[in-house]
Amino acid sequence: MKNIKKINLSNMTSVIALLVLCVAISIAEPAFRTVGNMINILQQVTVIAVIALGINVVIFTGGIDISVGSVVGFTGIIMGKIIVEKGLFPVLGVAAALSIGILCGTFNGIMIAKFKLQPMIATLAMMSMARGAALTLADGQTITGYSDGFRWIGVGVIGSTQIPVQILFMILFYILAYYLMRYRKFGRYIYSIGGNEEATRLSGINVDKYKMLAYTISGFCSAVASVILVAKLNSAQSTAGENYEMDAIASCVIGGTSLLGGFGSVWGTFVGAVIMIVIRNGLNLLNVSSNLQKLVIGVVILLAVLADSIRHRPGKVK
Amino acid sequence: MANDYIVEMEDITVKFPGVLALDQVRFNAKPGEVHVLLGENGAGKSTIMKVLAGVNTSYEGRIVYKGEEIAARSVEEQRERGVSIIFQEMNLLKNLTVAENIFLGRQPLARTGIIDWKKMNLDARSLLDAIQSDISEKAMVSSLSVGQMQMVEIAKALSFKSNIIIMDEPTSALTEKEVQALFNIIKQLKKDNVAIVYISHRLEEIMKIGDRLTVLRDGKYIATVNVADITMDQMVSLMVGREMTDYYPKVNVPPGDTLLEIKNVKQGRLLKDLSFYARGGEITGFYGLMGAGRTELMRVVFGADPYDSGEIYIKGKKENIKNCEQAKRLGLALLTEDRKNQGLILEFDLSSNISLSNLDTAMTAFGLNAAKEYEKNQRLADSMNVKTPSLKQKAKNLSGGNQQKVVICKWLNADADIVIFDEPTRGIDVGAKAEIYKIMNGLKEQGKAVIMVSSELAECMGVSDRIYVMHEGEMTGIIEGQDMKHMTEELIVGFATGIQKSKGGE
Repeated sequence: MKNIKKINLSNMTSVIALLVLCVAISIAEPAFRTVGNMINILQQVTVIAVIALGINVVIFTGGIDISVGSVVGFTGIIMGKIIVEKGLFPVLGVAAALSIGILCGTFNGIMIAKFKLQPMIATLAMMSMARGAALTLADGQTITGYSDGFRWIGVGVIGSTQIPVQILFMILFYILAYYLMRYRKFGRYIYSIGGNEEATRLSGINVDKYKMLAYTISGFCSAVASVILVAKLNSAQSTAGENYEMDAIASCVIGGTSLLGGFGSVWGTFVGAVIMIVIRNGLNLLNVSSNLQKLVIGVVILLAVLADSIRHRPGKVK
Repeated sequence: MANDYIVEMEDITVKFPGVLALDQVRFNAKPGEVHVLLGENGAGKSTIMKVLAGVNTSYEGRIVYKGEEIAARSVEEQRERGVSIIFQEMNLLKNLTVAENIFLGRQPLARTGIIDWKKMNLDARSLLDAIQSDISEKAMVSSLSVGQMQMVEIAKALSFKSNIIIMDEPTSALTEKEVQALFNIIKQLKKDNVAIVYISHRLEEIMKIGDRLTVLRDGKYIATVNVADITMDQMVSLMVGREMTDYYPKVNVPPGDTLLEIKNVKQGRLLKDLSFYARGGEITGFYGLMGAGRTELMRVVFGADPYDSGEIYIKGKKENIKNCEQAKRLGLALLTEDRKNQGLILEFDLSSNISLSNLDTAMTAFGLNAAKEYEKNQRLADSMNVKTPSLKQKAKNLSGGNQQKVVICKWLNADADIVIFDEPTRGIDVGAKAEIYKIMNGLKEQGKAVIMVSSELAECMGVSDRIYVMHEGEMTGIIEGQDMKHMTEELIVGFATGIQKSKGGE
């Protein structure tokens, strides 16, 4: 029950931060306030938000997954190969991409849960392997030219409402994740592992299985994000998704997820991802160079982590 | 006024939160003697030596060292004075060489300011030669056996030109041969007029190398005697010698079926061919000194650690227990000795902790129901008399006794039939202790098999219906049936120290 309270608290701080941010930017640049810009922001959020969702589950266990960006690139190329080059049904391409994502994640999970590798190292290896596979497969090519049916996932809108399909996808995934983390045993075990892995194991819970599943979910979410990304851009590139892991981890942290594991929420991460994009969007509208934007984002991450460490300072068990 | 003591400690009192660890204890040592400190677990042996070595600096009392009153303020200061301590869990850095460890933080420097490796290795060599050790000074510590590491620790102590070397249970992890080597070194150190303080449970060893003996009991000074004037049996009675108190309420329940039976379980070097059984409606006690392997045995039974060979029967059926999840499903529960790190998620609230072992009862068709979960946990907590304003309290904010009750709630929630308590009352105040005994008796009345590992003799004798005694991974004594009526503390401690063995088996 305590984690609910915790979630509310961290949710509140990040939501308040987001509101303050929006008001400030609106005053500085009225163009920010338009409905069009709002939808634009949400459209930019989807890919990172879905990746962050997966990483979040891993971080709840006290782990980390830095291979997500490479998995986005790798699964994107797989789709390009199957849908465009081989001309097969897009459904097959999507299924293949999702399967590869799940495989990459599960591989990470096995290395970490069964072979006890450090999560950072295991996923660092996967980061390099998946990117290498993508580069090799693509051989420098950008694969473009997808059917409208496939592109609907990324650019379609629901009838006359003009609500983008990708945003609905994202919301659907967040609702699923919320249900899984809050209302299923799975979620409780994931948080518990992050809280105290040994105590969880000695409570008769198959810790290895749940840790592995966390990485599987992370790989799956990366593949989902990749589907949206390729459909949106109408192209698959071997370099797609580079540095996305950093944006996704930053979203989690800004949203109040503790990197020590055990605490954080799905919605907090969503807010975190929105904050990231809003800052970028606002700075773009204000004509701030992308170089300077990086600096600002860095400061924001630092502040978020500081807030987290102050919140959890007293007596965090190892 | 010729004072032949190198150190005299008088009226040493140490208070830990809620416990008087040492109560006006005195201790002294002469150069060139082996002074043994003897006592049960928790008697305060290590505590007083930690005072002398400057590890534990909050004490009251007087320490006179080389005729001068001193205050032991830090390990470094005491080491400069010539007091070295070798801990049970050794403090060597595994990824450095032997020589680097000996001269850690004070490596000899060449004039250029870089480390003079040649001199360091040579100095290390001569120290190792002095104790006739053939360990290479260039070997990585990680490649050494525990016995060899101990030698390195001794060489390190010598490098400080120590006048007093304190050895805290030095032989607990050594092989027979290594023990012999250690004794040879001790003899040589005696010749060099070094005072050795030797903490050990092993009475035969004490007889062999001890000169004088100081006995502590429950943080109090009992006696100092010459080892030559005392028998092992007398040592044991000095160690225990307390009145059996009567706050162990026993309930009489006819024993039920054998719920758990272990046959010939072996694991590594520690668990040597162990067999036991536990029946429903009984509390089966396990007594032994630290390192006897009781915790390890229970962890094997619960699937927390693997075992090499042996058979485990649960409710008459042979089971190959591979992990804790399976053990839980079979009706086992383990309440670990280390509540804080292994029993609870301290940062989580009590309700989540209680639910962890079993979330099924909080499930509905739509998933976990927080209200249902909370209500059921509240009932459990009330039945165990957990003292807390609310179950939303974080586990870390509770006292030891209440934390233990929460862990018990967690396992009651899983509805286990075989409940293993590992040191259930360690670090718990007297009032809460009595409540824990009541809870164990309650489980017994419900027909559950209760297993209690305890290092407190009076508790073990008072609460158990049958007692197994272990010594260094072996079952040295079984007390049951009629024998329970006329067992003595001396008998049990005799088993636990390995000087006596019952026939074993049934």
